[in-house]
Amino acid sequence: MPVLKNKTPIPEQPVEERIKNFEEVALGYTEEQALIEANRCLQCKDAPCIKGCPVNIDIPTFINLIREKRYDEAIKKIKESNNLPATTGRVCPQETQCEAYCTLKKIGEPVAIGRLERFVADYEINRGYDIPKIMKKYNKKVAVVGSGPAGLTVAGDLARMGINVTIFEAFHEPGGVLIYGIPEFRLPKRIVRTEVEYIKSLGVEIVTNIVVGRSITIDELLKEYDAVFIGTGAGAPQFLNIPGENLIGIYSANEFLTRVNLMKAYKFPEYDTPVKIGKIVGVIGGGNVAMDAARTALRLGAKEVHIIYRRTEQEMPARYEEIIHAKEEGIKFNFLVSPVRFLGDIEGRVIGIELQKMTLGEPDESGRRKPLPIPNSNFVFSLDMVIVAIGTVPNPLIKMTTPDLLVDNRSGVILIDKNTGKTSKEKVFAGGDVTSGSATVINAMGAGKIAAKNIFKLLVGE
Amino acid sequence: MFKIIEKKALAPKVKLIKIKAPLISKKALPGQFVVLRIYEKGERIPLTIADKDPSEESITIVFQEVGKTTKLLGKLDTGDSILDLVGPLGNPSEIEKYNVVIGVGGGVGIAALYPILKALKEKGNYVISVIGGRSAEYVIFREEIEKICDETYITTDDGSLGRKGLVTDVLKELLETRNINRIWAIGPTIMMKVVSDLTKSYNVPTIVSLNPIMVDGTGMCGGCRVNVGGKIKFTCIDGPEFDGHLVDFDELLLRLKSYREEEKLSLKLFEESEGEEIASFEE
Ligand SMILES: Cc1cc2nc3c(=O)[nH]c(=O)nc-3n(C[C@H](O)[C@H](O)[C@H](O)COP(=O)(O)OP(=O)(O)OC[C@H]3O[C@@H](n4cnc5c(N)ncnc54)[C@H](O)[C@@H]3O)c2cc1C
Ligand SMILES: Cc1cc2nc3c(=O)[nH]c(=O)nc-3n(C[C@H](O)[C@H](O)[C@H](O)COP(=O)(O)OP(=O)(O)OC[C@H]3O[C@@H](n4cnc5c(N)ncnc54)[C@H](O)[C@@H]3O)c2cc1C
Ligand code: SF4
Ligand code: FES
Repeated sequence: MPVLKNKTPIPEQPVEERIKNFEEVALGYTEEQALIEANRCLQCKDAPCIKGCPVNIDIPTFINLIREKRYDEAIKKIKESNNLPATTGRVCPQETQCEAYCTLKKIGEPVAIGRLERFVADYEINRGYDIPKIMKKYNKKVAVVGSGPAGLTVAGDLARMGINVTIFEAFHEPGGVLIYGIPEFRLPKRIVRTEVEYIKSLGVEIVTNIVVGRSITIDELLKEYDAVFIGTGAGAPQFLNIPGENLIGIYSANEFLTRVNLMKAYKFPEYDTPVKIGKIVGVIGGGNVAMDAARTALRLGAKEVHIIYRRTEQEMPARYEEIIHAKEEGIKFNFLVSPVRFLGDIEGRVIGIELQKMTLGEPDESGRRKPLPIPNSNFVFSLDMVIVAIGTVPNPLIKMTTPDLLVDNRSGVILIDKNTGKTSKEKVFAGGDVTSGSATVINAMGAGKIAAKNIFKLLVGE
Repeated sequence: MFKIIEKKALAPKVKLIKIKAPLISKKALPGQFVVLRIYEKGERIPLTIADKDPSEESITIVFQEVGKTTKLLGKLDTGDSILDLVGPLGNPSEIEKYNVVIGVGGGVGIAALYPILKALKEKGNYVISVIGGRSAEYVIFREEIEKICDETYITTDDGSLGRKGLVTDVLKELLETRNINRIWAIGPTIMMKVVSDLTKSYNVPTIVSLNPIMVDGTGMCGGCRVNVGGKIKFTCIDGPEFDGHLVDFDELLLRLKSYREEEKLSLKLFEESEGEEIASFEE
């Protein structure tokens, strides 16, 4: 039988319906679809896909186990290298990772590795997950700061190696960006909670409502714990620093998404936290965060949602699937324009944005072509709500209270040795967005794995 | 869960509660605040730590019932619990020996001012307080303030206690006649604005404690941003205290009205549901 050229399509909620609700857009493969897709895999001896995976999942083996309908073993195989497969199966940018290297790309589309990962992860969630037996326990304690993918990975891995772990989380709910940032329609919170429950079932204790740097410092933690891992992410929003930015109706993407996801403002007034929704919403930026904010605003009843991006579609850092979904849902894209200032009414509410047209010049440090302003091209665009999604940087609280922790002064990231996760401070490790700047879930997990291994080495030995 | 171990009414719609919170009680310094969420569907709101008692591992907060969340908080009793409490947040006040210091407090702001003045006194400053309210019953924390201050002046709008008029009337006289090194002003935003305008012309450094709308209280949302000296500052991590002479109060006053319609709706639904509960209880 010849290999099918294209990926097996994944069932999705119809566009007309999904723009009115917060239910998941992609519904997941049925068993039949998963089997068809798994059978496309060539089981390449050199498995180039694994090279593209930041945590080196044994991809051909788990796909083969699906083929043989040995789903329990398939998920076990994935969990050897990935503690949060139901999440990564949904949010990884597979097109630039494993799937980018797939041999099948030579004749057509790669194997839908992400969808297959999600299929077996969901299979396990529906069945109820297994708790691996922890063989040997050590009398060592590690404190993990932050419960995003980096922190959860370090905690899960160390717990499985027999180390006692306590996670300290600033928010009232664990999960990091998975809980407060990525919207329900892309990553249901029920899934995140199940993944967090799994980590807890390994014996990890999670203490919420603790802001390290305020409630307790790193030095104080070091008195009680044998090592500390910092996985506090890059959650501090950046603003454009242009006139009018404090007008009412201008949100950082973090504030908007936190109100909606963590505080459930989409259910106001049943939930107490409100959020404003304009009729015409401008979202500034071109990454995943901008797509999520735009699609969230649309679902909350905005009439028109505009992405305002200073480069072109090719340079957009968002996951390909999110751009496609956003377009299908009617989000409008405005390329090569950059905000100059905001205009407001006498009550201080935003009513417009002045934009300048741009053109693309030579590639910059990021390899993308640099946008250059076109003189005298300014124009005003009327809108009544703005979401600024131009990036985030690490929160300065820990740096402020831990003077001997080396931090890059320009970007604010904690400096580490990438091979070990070690910081400049003894017994203190770090990883994830707080060391890389905003990146991806799987990179945060990859960094967590490296740190876990090296923390174990420090405390117990090889 | 955080247990309420004491509750008192201080004035109409102004209540004091003590909450058991060992970690926060150990750490809290004057000028800092907490963020709390009462129940699963609740909003996160910031409230200043008015006092602490490490021996009973408690913190004290004093709040005015202005909307749904503060009204709900006011309904809780000794023995009830709050779901989430996080802190201490914000930078502590800079307590140094300045020499002569005035603390200006209005409404619930008097409670927020109290731990700061106490610390300033302990540091050896000569501390003068000027506190005010609508009428006598609104001048809270009066005894506590009088006990720690070298001089205390009281004003009320209706003259039912102290002098009839505004705190700024007394403040102006003090600025005219005395040598003042530093001023703390905490109260309604409009009061802090008027005080700052006044002290600017006398060139006396003035610290205000801002109260914008917050979500996380840890620097992650930017909702609490204010304009200080032309720069964006996040009140929760850069403040809450700022140089009053640099704050754009007009912008803050507008931003505080961001959710007026939603707040009204929330309160209305809450009061209706409370009404029903009482009615069914009385049956
Ligand atoms: C809207 C949005 C959409 C995204 N979409 C994708 C996507 O589709 N695919 C993808 O791969 N990546 C995506 N990302 C990026 C991805 O979520 C992050 O790279 C990843 O979550 C980083 O993980 P982390 O563990 O380093 O940090 P985070 O997930 O940020 O977690 C850090 C945690 O630490 C806590 N914390 C912070 N400071 C303190 C402190 N002082 N004390 C205690 N706790 C603290 C925070 O509250 C938080 O819970 C998206 C990001 C956003 C914001
Ligand atoms: C750092 C900080 C410390 C604070 N300390 C205290 C304190 O010690 N005691 C106290 O009573 N209040 C304090 N506040 C104000 C308090 O947080 C608000 O009154 C509370 O959030 C109102 O919630 P609500 O749901 O009851 O009212 P809402 O329905 O949300 O609002 C009702 C009314 O209160 C106003 N309001 C809403 N949020 C705020 C706010 N953050 N500040 C001022 N007015 C607001 C609204 O404009 C509206 O008119 C503090 C605020 C900050 C930022
Ligand atoms: S590269 Fe593609 S076809 Fe080859 S093993 Fe990996 S998933 Fe299968
Ligand atoms: S309250 Fe969110 S940044 Fe200050």
